[in-house]
Amino acid sequence: MNQPVLKVSKLRKSFGNDLVLQDISFDVPEHTATVFIGASGSGKSTLLRCINLLDSIDDGVINLDGQDISATEVNPDAVRQKLGMVFQSFNLFPHMTVLENITLAPIKVQQVVKDAAVAEAFNLLERFGLKDKAHQYPDRLSGGQQQRLAIIRSIARHPLLLLLDEITSALDPVLVNEVLSTVRDLKGEGMTMVLATHEMGFAKQVANEVCYLHNGKILEWGEPEQLLEAPKRSETQEFIRRVHAAGRL
Amino acid sequence: MTENRGHSSSDAAVPYDFGGPWQPSNIELARQSARKKRNKRNALIAAASSILVIGTLIVVLVTSPGWISLRDTFFKWAYGVEVLPKIILGFGTNVTLTIIAGSSVAVIGLLIALVRTSRSPALTPFRFLAMVYVDVFRGIPMLLVILLIGFGIPALQLRGVTNNVLILGTIAVIITYSAYVAEVIRSGILTVHPSQRAAARSLGLSHIQTLRHVVLPQALKRVTPPLLNDLVALIKDTGLISILGVTDAVRAAQIQTAKTFNYTPYVMAALVFLAVTIPLTRATDRMLRKSLEKQNAQWQA
Ligand SMILES: Nc1ncnc2c1ncn2[C@@H]1O[C@H](COP(=O)(O)OP(=O)(O)OP(=O)(O)O)[C@@H](O)[C@H]1O
Ligand SMILES: [Mg+2]
Repeated sequence: MNQPVLKVSKLRKSFGNDLVLQDISFDVPEHTATVFIGASGSGKSTLLRCINLLDSIDDGVINLDGQDISATEVNPDAVRQKLGMVFQSFNLFPHMTVLENITLAPIKVQQVVKDAAVAEAFNLLERFGLKDKAHQYPDRLSGGQQQRLAIIRSIARHPLLLLLDEITSALDPVLVNEVLSTVRDLKGEGMTMVLATHEMGFAKQVANEVCYLHNGKILEWGEPEQLLEAPKRSETQEFIRRVHAAGRL
Repeated sequence: MTENRGHSSSDAAVPYDFGGPWQPSNIELARQSARKKRNKRNALIAAASSILVIGTLIVVLVTSPGWISLRDTFFKWAYGVEVLPKIILGFGTNVTLTIIAGSSVAVIGLLIALVRTSRSPALTPFRFLAMVYVDVFRGIPMLLVILLIGFGIPALQLRGVTNNVLILGTIAVIITYSAYVAEVIRSGILTVHPSQRAAARSLGLSHIQTLRHVVLPQALKRVTPPLLNDLVALIKDTGLISILGVTDAVRAAQIQTAKTFNYTPYVMAALVFLAVTIPLTRATDRMLRKSLEKQNAQWQA
């Protein structure tokens, strides 16, 4: 078997005296999706930010595509070119059109010729049903369209690994589905992903592995059917039950 | 059955042509005419009240006991027209100074703002110096800075340093205004949400690219109205270097007044400044209103 795209070992992270992540180890093989679930504040966003080198870590090793990206001499900008990240709050650039949002990084960072970057952007927009919005500004799009644009923006650079942080939690339930089906399509095309989500039904559909994060530790992990339907630990059972009660399964 | 389908029902060939030209309904026509009537009435009321208020002011002024001497001292129009060319010539200096100082201030202010908002450890001493600079020059009356530089530097009798008061005065204006403008731009940079940086960095953009393509465009757009306010203030404040003996519009008026002891040249100089500053102020207001409307629309969305 190939080496995993991402290999995290014994990662530890604190903010001041606040220990947010400890003893985090997991592998993400190529073309698979690893989904992190867990209560608010359990450290999901922090974990994704650490992988993306937006936050520094206290201990442990993060290996991306065979390279130790937690080493001190690593250039974060070079690492981030291999990663795509989509945020809960979209974080689109409001002063740029849809097209410019997508082509900014390919043109400025990857030195793609403008015409080629634009052509590729139109391909993606067409595929995800946003072609007629190419010249609009993001504030003219619906929430679901904005989040799909954020996904397009992050995959236009052909990342090795896509990090998705609760990408549907700012959306109306009606809009959630169009974003989730976009992610399902990407998974179908073989994109390797790490997700944090509150959508258990969705986790069940795309995940190859689900990890339950509790107070900064991976308390339980396994295949989605097993972990979501027959969790072994009492904390996991409690969490799943509360999610059930909130109607998110 | 087709009764209720609007105008297109009469066209037998295309019974369901909903894309045809829109004709306002009778209800809409009634609303439009009512609106027109109301606008007309509002305009009439505004005109009547303006005439009443301004007319009263004029009558009060003209019938007051000191009016004749006031008019002869401040509003001697024939004399005013006579000195106007000299004042306008002097105003050319104010305009030139505004352009030179304004563009220098834009560059220096931006650089200081960038230094103050940077996190780079290499820039720590510069960050400190920039902070001191801004605090000092925002805290001193500009007139003092002009006097210190305009009269103080020539007094040092340094070789190779100009004694030209016009240049020294301009430098004083640039030094003071750069401090103000740096703060305005810095506040604009700080209002760009950190998540915008995170998004740009996560796309692989470097720190500089993030500033150039993501942070600064948004920051500068937000501070354009306050910067235009500063431009208006700069035009006025260029008049202050007349204290050094530079023949600008203020100084030109002063020379005339000293000859005749009539203050009309000052009034003319004021009118010349207003001719430029009022349109600029109006434009700034309009821009500010528009950007506020846009922000409100975004918050509601
Ligand atoms: N920049 C920071 N400085 C200090 N503490 C932080 C910072 N970012 C996150 N934390 C803390 O780290 C913990 C984990 O936060 P994190 O955002 O990773 O949780 P999460 O699992 O993503 O929660 P949610 O489901 O609400 O998004 C929280 O206790 C939070 O207060
Ligand atoms: Mg989070």
